[in-house]
Amino acid sequence: MIIGHQPKEFLLAVEALTVSFDGFKAVNDLSFYVEENEIRVIIGPNGAGKTTVLDLICGKTKATSGSIQFRGKDLTRLKENEIVQAGVGRKFQTPSVFEDLTVFENLEISFPRGRSVFGSLTFQRDKTVKERVEEVAEMIFLKDRLDTYADQLSHGQKQWLEIGMLLIQDPDLLMLDEPVAGMSVSERAKTAELLNRIIKDRSVLVIEHDMKFVEDIAHKVTVLHQGQILSEGTMEKVKNDPKVIEVYLGH
Amino acid sequence: MNAGRLIPIIALLLALAFGAPAQAQTDDATLTALVNALPLGNFKEREVAATALAATGDPRAVPVLQTLTDGELYVIEASGQVVFVETSGAGVLATDPVTASSLGEFAKGDVEKVKVNNGLRRALRTLIGQMTLLSENRGTRLAAALSVLRDASPDTLELLDSALAAEADPEIKTVMDVARAAIVLKTDASSAEKAAAAQRIAEWGGREAITILTGALAEAPADLKPAIEAAIDSLERTRAVWSVLQNVWYGISLGSVLLLAAIGLAITFGVMGVINMAHGEMVMLGAYTTFVVQEVIRTSAPHLFDVSLVIALPLAFLVDGAVGVAIERSIIRFLYGRPLDTLLATWGLSLILQQAYRSIFGAREVGVELPQWMLGSWQVTDAIQIPINGMFVMALTVLITIAVSYVLFLSRWGRQVRAVVQNRVMAGAVGINTEKVDRYTFGLGCGIAGIAGSAFTMIGSTGPTAGQLYIVDTFLVVVFGGAASLLGTIASAFTISQAQSTMEFFLSGSMAKVLTLLAIVAILMMRPQGLFALKVRK
Amino acid sequence: MIINTRFFNRSELLGFIALAVLLFVILPLSLDIFRLNLVAKYLTYAFVAIGLVLCWGYGGILSLGQGVFFGLGGYCMAMYLKLEASSVANTKIQSTPGIPDFMDWNQLTQLPFFWKPFHSLPLTLLAIFLVPTIFAFIIGAAMFKRRVGGVYFAIITQAIAAIMTILIIGQQGYTGGINGITDLRTLHGWDIRTDQAKFILYFVEVVLLFACIVAAQFIRLTKLGRILVAMREQEDRVRFSGYSVANFKIFAFCAAAVFAAIGGALFTLEVGFMSPSFVGIVPSIEMVIYTAVGGRMSIFGAVWGSLLVNFAKTSLSESFPQLWLFGLGGLFIAVVLAFPNGLSGIWADHVQPRIDRLLASRKSKTGNGWSSNSVADGAPAE
Repeated sequence: MIIGHQPKEFLLAVEALTVSFDGFKAVNDLSFYVEENEIRVIIGPNGAGKTTVLDLICGKTKATSGSIQFRGKDLTRLKENEIVQAGVGRKFQTPSVFEDLTVFENLEISFPRGRSVFGSLTFQRDKTVKERVEEVAEMIFLKDRLDTYADQLSHGQKQWLEIGMLLIQDPDLLMLDEPVAGMSVSERAKTAELLNRIIKDRSVLVIEHDMKFVEDIAHKVTVLHQGQILSEGTMEKVKNDPKVIEVYLGH
Repeated sequence: MNAGRLIPIIALLLALAFGAPAQAQTDDATLTALVNALPLGNFKEREVAATALAATGDPRAVPVLQTLTDGELYVIEASGQVVFVETSGAGVLATDPVTASSLGEFAKGDVEKVKVNNGLRRALRTLIGQMTLLSENRGTRLAAALSVLRDASPDTLELLDSALAAEADPEIKTVMDVARAAIVLKTDASSAEKAAAAQRIAEWGGREAITILTGALAEAPADLKPAIEAAIDSLERTRAVWSVLQNVWYGISLGSVLLLAAIGLAITFGVMGVINMAHGEMVMLGAYTTFVVQEVIRTSAPHLFDVSLVIALPLAFLVDGAVGVAIERSIIRFLYGRPLDTLLATWGLSLILQQAYRSIFGAREVGVELPQWMLGSWQVTDAIQIPINGMFVMALTVLITIAVSYVLFLSRWGRQVRAVVQNRVMAGAVGINTEKVDRYTFGLGCGIAGIAGSAFTMIGSTGPTAGQLYIVDTFLVVVFGGAASLLGTIASAFTISQAQSTMEFFLSGSMAKVLTLLAIVAILMMRPQGLFALKVRK
Repeated sequence: MIINTRFFNRSELLGFIALAVLLFVILPLSLDIFRLNLVAKYLTYAFVAIGLVLCWGYGGILSLGQGVFFGLGGYCMAMYLKLEASSVANTKIQSTPGIPDFMDWNQLTQLPFFWKPFHSLPLTLLAIFLVPTIFAFIIGAAMFKRRVGGVYFAIITQAIAAIMTILIIGQQGYTGGINGITDLRTLHGWDIRTDQAKFILYFVEVVLLFACIVAAQFIRLTKLGRILVAMREQEDRVRFSGYSVANFKIFAFCAAAVFAAIGGALFTLEVGFMSPSFVGIVPSIEMVIYTAVGGRMSIFGAVWGSLLVNFAKTSLSESFPQLWLFGLGGLFIAVVLAFPNGLSGIWADHVQPRIDRLLASRKSKTGNGWSSNSVADGAPAE
């Protein structure tokens, strides 16, 4: 890719991204591009650096070098909350919801309004908020559990709640780290249905091991290996790439 | 005073002056008569009597004359006998200065002070100087020479010259020589002589050299001033170097104390992540254990007294270790993963321990008695002395640090500890008894606190709340060093103590402490993970 | 959708009324002025404890340096009162009349610049709010922006308490040293040492206390209150919901500092002096225990905790001084091991259900009762 001649249509442009932990390069000179409304799945063996890539994009880990352009902003210079406000949402591998708060309160906190200290002091739970919370709650199958404290939810429900918390933020780029891991078969099906619904009208970056699931949703697949791209393209292309077969799919 | 009583004395004096040369040992009766003559007559007559006493050359005369100079010599009014006294309740205890036998108790009104004036005092000092400078005892001569150097009174020049001629010991000779030079600076000797004297003092370079030269500078003739000033300058430079070294040394000894206190914490907090606010009280437990061990040895096995502190060290380790294990069992183990709660609970424990010490040992500080071999100090140079007890503590610190490093990093058990810290579940799965590891690691940390406490009794006293003084400092040492790094703890203990001792060089103690703590806090804000922590993948 | 629709739910309203009746009616009627003044002294700590409920109970930020802010408030007030007591007429015998006596003893010949604003009452009142806020802001910004939290924060605040004490004691010409600022007489010409003044000050204090309770309750019920709880358990999730975690922590810490400072200023007025013994490590951690005993999540609990622990301290150390430290130490351990939610937890678990049953409320809730008890009472401990 020629630097300085960046096509406008890319939502996210990751270029020459490197991060090293005490000399160990978890991500090594990585470049990839995500378009508007594209569903991109990242696969790769354990320790390939998949989660680290998401950490780098959302600001949880600071890059050693390289750049991450999102809508013309360099995310490597922004703080986590500024990255969220710029329109990037992130779901963690293990469900992270607020267990001492109710489902309603969990969703309400994620509602993109009153995010400053004084904004949150003067925040009013008005009609817009309530309607939006109820709408999302319905989507994530938790409409009748709005008053339930989150610590009473099952593992799958917590995952949905976290997805709901991202939905209510209405991000332009949604990043999901193994959204169906640890779910029962029926929960898995429901989640796939949920994801298929929410990935419309936005770009999504997903890490997933479930190949069936990947095939269902992916527009494009990126295979990571030892912090570098092994292969990239459609599922069909990646599946038939001998390098990929050797390190990953073949097992 | 009755003049009649003087006559036999004068006779005696004449006999001594013209008779046989002074003997080292005069018989008791003669000496007593001379001593008893001291209060008689006017000051002039007393000087004569003192001279007679000094002329005997009897070493027992020296303390009498010294006591008289100090104005502490008494006479029993009824008998006219001169005595040493010691206050005892309402009255005084009198001692015969010649035979050193007790004369019993007297009412305060029964004894009278033998008065001296400045003229007599000067004469007495010369007499004492004569007796001691010419004494056969080396120690007495050295002390006398140093005292002449301190006073540098031109009156003693003649005497000093004769002593110098007779002196064979090189060390004493040097002191006398310097004393002579100091005296010469005060006399009206020639410039050349004075310049040589100043040179001599500067060469010697002892602690008082600057004082002597500065004193001489004021009275010195103009042509001599530059020489003296140059001598003072060079001495001051030397002294500055020494005082910096002294300061560095002070920092190192402070650091070893800090490290010894912190190393137990580096295990419980640094390795295990347990916040033990009662760590300071555990240190004190070691100190009190040592105190008890010494008391027991004093009463039941006095022949072991010299090694009582050495015996106490392992016992302090065991007592503290056992208490540590008990604390882990009863409080800490319920609170793993709740560091702030651990902090509060162990704070409560520290209050209980403090009160327990107060109830058992009393609110006042207690101290152990150092055995003979630990007293005194090693004189490195004239300007630097290193106390032996301080060195012992330092050596202990080195020893404990090495032992702890070995246990944590090289022993099988240390591997288990680190395995549990890194991944408790996995360590359990491979067959490590994680609860046991927790228990004994905490016990080890507390045991080392006990050794620290035991060592601290050698350099200070032990009070119920003394432990609290350590807690902030030791935690900062461990945090500053990077919690999981033993090497960091060592480096941080010495960095902090050196910073503090350096600042104390320029500022008051409290401001130095404030600035040191502020600097640590500021650095921790910049590097929250501590100075020596590694960057790891989360 | 029942939660948080009212300012106080039923049990909180009962708590509010009970406390108001106790403090406004029962205590003033039943205690002599000496005892009432003691209660006033205890209540100054309740301000600190309420601040800690927000900062520690809700935000999860344990500060072991609240004595610093208590002291800053107290010293601001004491400086004003001291200047008023050091008029030229009162200090004629000094070598420099018109400056506080301890400055004269320490050979100061003029008032240090930072004392000058304290000639004015409005500036003093402003300083009581601003000085601790700014100080807390600086500490908070430096620490929270660098993500220093948890135990590290606790130990550093403790170090700051130590620094503050050493500084006050060391700079006695400016601060009065270890004796503190003593011999305070009048507030804007009104003698604060009389029984009548003490009686009035008590009521002023109680009114302010209720104002603080309402303010804390208000903060708790806003979204900010919920963000504090959220932050305590899942800091990263809050961050990735688009909030600057550091700013919220700074806010909680500053709010706690202001509450503590109000308490400190009132302490100076009630007790008539201020000294470093209320600033250091030991008083600071004792303030935490008031909150812990009351229940770290309960605003009313904080008030009860301060009252009861201090009452126990006074009565035990009067009759059995050696027992007090055993008691206090045991209290720390018991509250952590057995009653992590303190008195309010005991109330909510054991007393409240019985009252509910007795009242046989028509709209009896389903078992768990979180909707009626709100976050404060129903939340799990850890």
